[in-house]
Amino acid sequence: MREITLARQLGEVALAIAIAPLFTGWIAQCRAWMQNRSAPPLLQPYRMLRKLFQKDVALATEASPLFRATPYVLFGTMVLAAAIIPSLATDLPFAQAADAIALIGLFATARVFQSLAAMDIGTAFGTMGARREMMVGFLAEPALLMVMFNAFLLYGSTALPSLVDGYAAHPALIDPSVIFAAIAFLMVLLAENARIPIDNPATHLELTMIHEAMLLEYSARHLALMEWASSLKLFNYACVGFALFFPWGIATHGVDGTGTLLLAIVALLGKLAVAGAVLALIESISAKLRLFRAPEYLAIAFLLAVLGLLVHLLLGANTHA
Amino acid sequence: MPMPPFTFHAALLFPAHFLPLLLDIVAGWIILGLLGLFRPRSLRLTAHLLFPLGAAACLGVAILSGVFLATGHAPELMVLPLGLPNLPFHLRLDALSAFFLLLLGVSGAGISIFAAGYFRSGEGTAPALLCLQYHVFLASMAVVVLANDAYLFMVAWETMALTSYFLVTSQHRIPEIRRAGFLYLLMAHLGALCILLCFGVMQGGSWQFTFDAMRQASLTPFWATIAFLLALLGFGAKAGLVPMHAWLPEAHPAAPSPVSAMMSGIMLEIAIYGLVRISFDLLHVQYWQWGVIVLIVGLFSALFGAIFAAVQTDMKRLLAYSSIENVGIIATAIGLAILFEASHLPLFAALALCAALIHALNHSLFKSLLFLATGCVLHATRQRSLGKLGGLIRRMPWVAALALIGTLAIAGLPPLNGFVSEWLLLQSFLFTPRIPHAFLNMLIPLGAAALALIVALAAYVMVKFYGIIFLGQHREASLVHAHDANWLERLGLGWLALGCILIGVFPQLAIRAADSVTGPMLGATVDSQSSLWRIAPIAPEQASYSGSIFLLGILAVIGISFLAVRILAHGRIRRTPAWDCGYPWQTPRMQDTAEGFGQPIRHMFGAILHLELQLPSPTDDPPRYRVHIEDRFWRTLYEPVARAVRRTADAIAVLQSGRLSIYLLYSFLTILVLLVFVL
Repeated sequence: MREITLARQLGEVALAIAIAPLFTGWIAQCRAWMQNRSAPPLLQPYRMLRKLFQKDVALATEASPLFRATPYVLFGTMVLAAAIIPSLATDLPFAQAADAIALIGLFATARVFQSLAAMDIGTAFGTMGARREMMVGFLAEPALLMVMFNAFLLYGSTALPSLVDGYAAHPALIDPSVIFAAIAFLMVLLAENARIPIDNPATHLELTMIHEAMLLEYSARHLALMEWASSLKLFNYACVGFALFFPWGIATHGVDGTGTLLLAIVALLGKLAVAGAVLALIESISAKLRLFRAPEYLAIAFLLAVLGLLVHLLLGANTHA
Repeated sequence: MPMPPFTFHAALLFPAHFLPLLLDIVAGWIILGLLGLFRPRSLRLTAHLLFPLGAAACLGVAILSGVFLATGHAPELMVLPLGLPNLPFHLRLDALSAFFLLLLGVSGAGISIFAAGYFRSGEGTAPALLCLQYHVFLASMAVVVLANDAYLFMVAWETMALTSYFLVTSQHRIPEIRRAGFLYLLMAHLGALCILLCFGVMQGGSWQFTFDAMRQASLTPFWATIAFLLALLGFGAKAGLVPMHAWLPEAHPAAPSPVSAMMSGIMLEIAIYGLVRISFDLLHVQYWQWGVIVLIVGLFSALFGAIFAAVQTDMKRLLAYSSIENVGIIATAIGLAILFEASHLPLFAALALCAALIHALNHSLFKSLLFLATGCVLHATRQRSLGKLGGLIRRMPWVAALALIGTLAIAGLPPLNGFVSEWLLLQSFLFTPRIPHAFLNMLIPLGAAALALIVALAAYVMVKFYGIIFLGQHREASLVHAHDANWLERLGLGWLALGCILIGVFPQLAIRAADSVTGPMLGATVDSQSSLWRIAPIAPEQASYSGSIFLLGILAVIGISFLAVRILAHGRIRRTPAWDCGYPWQTPRMQDTAEGFGQPIRHMFGAILHLELQLPSPTDDPPRYRVHIEDRFWRTLYEPVARAVRRTADAIAVLQSGRLSIYLLYSFLTILVLLVFVL
């Protein structure tokens, strides 16, 4: 039994690592369709990674060990996050090691390491990107935490698997606060993953870039790991969103068997396909904000999340705990 | 939960009474300090013998108090026939004192061993005098924690203030340092006055000044609240809670780095001890309103500290503001604990108090570590301004690596210790809907939101701190000659960094220590569900966290991915110059500055800061850019008070004519008035 759960845990992580670039590719494809361009092949991110892994690293002479370690740390944190988030099943042995707050801490660890690495070479762009990333981060993180608090008030747990189990036990529990939380979460997802209202993943324009500015000095396998980590991050955020707001199909505690697991995989793929299309739609119809509008955007996300909490408490909904 | 095997051995190895041994160590510190006076100018005596011995004594304190906590001894009492006639010194060692002694011992050991390698000759006060002040400072802090009557408490408290004043002004030839020292002394005495009055209220007409009598005293709600507010003011002034914080960003940068580390890492926590002792132990928390006050003061201090830290350009000032932030977080946790306790939810009160105690311990470790690291940077570069540092990771790899641990810990990142206490605090915030008070239920999510913002802002501040000092390119050519720390300094830094990692990976240790405090005081412990691998404060299905599995998981993934990349791809590296974006005239001056890094914060929180900005016009030659940030409290609170004091003094000075006959007349009138009263 223990071996099975462990195997399932490892399988889930392996699946996350494998299909994260596919999700990024799918968003790019949807975006191209909506913008009436011919789309790159769906497997383009994998080809990109293969190319990068084959190249030699061109490392700046000033680079310190911190700079070289960061791609691995970033990849490690994102893989660990994938192990915590119940994307297929809630019976995850690893999820006991970290709850939703620790997950946010994990994302923060990745952000801090990435920013520090960007400052390491000492070019103007790197530091600027680090500063902007930290700015977006420190505004987005509280909003995300408030979304998690809202989930805690509903289901009485900060452990993500328990949230999904709680939803399965009371599927009719629809709270108005969830809608606020969901909108706030979507806004945070876009901001944290360098998506359009805040950052544009497809640009290298000096004055606007955030995420790309931090990657400027990276090349070859280091860059490949960073890119892989950022697609894993997007995948993880999507899975957190599914677990919090659309936990249909995730194999809950005690419901085992190959059938449910296969169903969970199909459900996950379906949800990812829809989520990718929605993200592409949002990116296609919205324009990038000026950098100093970003705090306003994130403040709205934060306020929505807090409003969700207040709505929940005001309505005095049946707190589960 | 079986006891770990070591406690059984410890119980056999250690004596039944801890208090006499601890007092011996306190006396030992004072003797160590006095020994140095035989050779006042000898740096070798102090550095190679006295400070390491002092560090060993700190270790002894840490071990004794750790064993005291682990074995769960009953409180020990003692009366020393010292002091005034009929007013002997009462001492008491209980779990709360032991916890703070543990903190003092652990951090003190690291700081003392660092200090052994730090002080150079020809810097301000003579080494032996410094050594005396340093050890008396340590001893007085230990006595504050052990005191069981108001008299001894105040004596030790004042000794602590005076010795730290002398330590702060050790480079007294610099006028700014004298000014900072004076401000510190002034605030310390205002605080001490409040504490004295607080004790006066708490004796409740019995004129018994032992803490035992105060525990028994029954105060009316009004007087209990007055006592509590006086304690909050007095200890808040020492801890640096806003608005009594003004001395902190002046005094901490002025002091030599080991002293800054002691003040920020230990003395602020001793003030927290005082607040916990009085509000929980002596006044037995009675009203939830107290909790709201502490909570609001704490949150405001934390936010204020974090915002000001983000815009600082002096590395030690930045850390000083960060101390205000951390003390604010501790106060927030204490406020929450008071709220829970007053609402008769002892389990959650224990959780919040546990968060406060562990955050105090954590802050003591990582703030000492970072202050000491700035000391190394200061010695190596002679620069305190962030704008003149940069790239030191290549010149000072040891300091940079150890400071990185402190930076990540203070930024609240898992799996280090800062995360543990913030996690516990956020968890306790989650239980606030249980408080049977609708208004508080609405207010507290906002508190949690503010806390989340503060924690995230702290990460911003620390990225700025570390990135500007250690990463990038040297902003000044002279930094090429910067040297790494010597081995004693490395040992001190390493010890503190080890503490940060250990509490982060095995938070159970700290939680169990905090449990032995909350158990007797609140009647609840949070550790019931934890195991060796994970902590689960209330119930495992609600929340659990495991630092060790977390660390192992990250290390395993990093290791596997590293090996996989090496095996499946290759490890070839070509060293090239950094990419110049097609613009070959890049200089280190083009890097982002400390001001630049603070700019988004200035932009967003401009309303809180008092900002004076001077931008160059296009025709300026040479262009001048100046930004000056001032604490609004200076203008709105301190200066009016100072003016009022001066006006009052001027008014009274009318009496002071300088003529002897007038003064004799005053004496005569006084006697006359007294006679009227007496007869």
